[in-house]
Amino acid sequence: MAMLQEREETLSREELEKLQSERLVWQVKRMYERVECFRNRMDEAGLTPDDIHGIEDLSKLPFSYKKDLRDYYPYGLFAEPLKNIRRIHASSGTTGKRIVVGYTDNDLAIWADCFARMLTAIGATDEDIVQVSYGYGLFTGGLGAHDGAGRIGATVVPMSSGNTPLQIQNMVDFGSTVLCCTPSYALYIGEEIERAGLKDQLKLKAGIFGAEPWTEEMRHEIEAKLGIKAYDIYGLSEILGPGVGCECEYQEGMHIWEDHFIPEIIDPDTCEVLPKGATGELVLTTITKEGFPTIRYRTRDICSLDYTPCKCGRTHVRMKKPTGRSDDMLIIRGVNVFPSQVEEVLLSIGGGEITPNYFITVDRVDNNDTFDLDVEMSEAFFSDDVKSIATIEKQIAEKLRSALGLGVKVHLVNPKTIARSEGKAKRVLDKRKLS
Amino acid sequence: MIVNQLSAFVENKAGRLAEIAETLAANNVDLSAVSLADSADYGVIRMLVNDPEKAAKVLKESGVICKITKVLAVAMEDAPGGFARVLHLLKNQSHEIKYMYACISRHEGKALMVFSVEDVEAAEALIAGTSAGDVHPADIYRI
Repeated sequence: MAMLQEREETLSREELEKLQSERLVWQVKRMYERVECFRNRMDEAGLTPDDIHGIEDLSKLPFSYKKDLRDYYPYGLFAEPLKNIRRIHASSGTTGKRIVVGYTDNDLAIWADCFARMLTAIGATDEDIVQVSYGYGLFTGGLGAHDGAGRIGATVVPMSSGNTPLQIQNMVDFGSTVLCCTPSYALYIGEEIERAGLKDQLKLKAGIFGAEPWTEEMRHEIEAKLGIKAYDIYGLSEILGPGVGCECEYQEGMHIWEDHFIPEIIDPDTCEVLPKGATGELVLTTITKEGFPTIRYRTRDICSLDYTPCKCGRTHVRMKKPTGRSDDMLIIRGVNVFPSQVEEVLLSIGGGEITPNYFITVDRVDNNDTFDLDVEMSEAFFSDDVKSIATIEKQIAEKLRSALGLGVKVHLVNPKTIARSEGKAKRVLDKRKLS
Repeated sequence: MIVNQLSAFVENKAGRLAEIAETLAANNVDLSAVSLADSADYGVIRMLVNDPEKAAKVLKESGVICKITKVLAVAMEDAPGGFARVLHLLKNQSHEIKYMYACISRHEGKALMVFSVEDVEAAEALIAGTSAGDVHPADIYRI
């Protein structure tokens, strides 16, 4: 298959490392000058930009964390003045406060390149009609795919998510050939198409699905229901959005575009860099990003990297599908949820009426994630009047919805029935079989 | 008469109601009235018992959330129109009934009903002067 940027995508390991070294030195220098948080960490580690000569020095550099985005909310980590920031994206953070990232024109162009490399790899061209059914807006999915499709000159159908009957109608009427959305939504669309018996009228040939964990079984199901090839994409707002890692036509891992990002795998406990091929936490450094650059960002995603040559001819390393997280973050219907957010919401209600004892059960029913929350009934909250209990129950559900951006089914349970354990309580049961 | 009602939270799990009944039985609690309000996800059981304080204590000890609240016991005529007359009285003074249920009656010709209203004292004052106010502690608590 064709490549969008053949030279960059096929650089030899030596050329790639040379490029990465040059770009890393450039990035460290400008971040040291411009980003207070980074400068402070360098100072604490006794490092100056002069100590960084190339990628061999990468492991000396301090890590960065999701928490930093909260501490420096909203613009504290930007490395460009706002007049150079063309767009803002945001997503949920650990405490209900969102995290904010910014892109310069150049960043947006690189992002479009990254996504477009994937589109080209899976055979899409300017003849294709790309239906983008990721949510548009602050979420990076919608506009990320939109700009990527624009980059290859494809025709974009900017659907955003939801309104499934219209999604399907447009797919049929407009002759969409590529679908971009979350895998669970793709499956849902596939089921509706099956029910309506419209599969024969589709022109769809491929789909790019990401933003939430999915299994090989789900891939096969999506491929069968929609009659397409289903490709996996990896990304996170803190680094770029969708397009950091992309499957090629061989579907044997996601190429991380190493001319823009340097991946490392570390042991999340000791923080030591692990040898090539080992499984651990993925750490990413952005070496071309201007607006919101990150050095050694702890993604918390657990995976491994494969440096062996890919059949497609691209030299960029391939990451395996993440098998889990090194923190307690859950991804539910594509939304990042930390159990601590739930606790904060419960504590914020009615002056201690609710105990912060909760238990989260996540499951996948008919290919949709379910999110059930057990909350203990307390004396202060109990009433002989069912209506007043229902009012508080509703308040809990609504506050959670606005804090998490996600519907939650609240169940009231007897007090002391949620297990308390020494130290870290087990508060989550994820019944989805994803790895 | 204003009476102390015991209400308890019933989790939506098999056997929860039976556990509550067993705890009460084991502690010799005598029931005069029971009503179960249910939502999709849980229930609230309301009871008139011979010794509400003791019953509340044993339930709490068994891990059940419960509460004592004041409700109105009304002795209406056990004849057509008896119920309507009491409701008419309450309605005229704008007492809204949150919920109600029946209690066993130990008097021929009388039906004992339990009402939950916002202002239980005012409702009691209204009923007390009528034949419907003819309720005695022994009818409920079996002292």
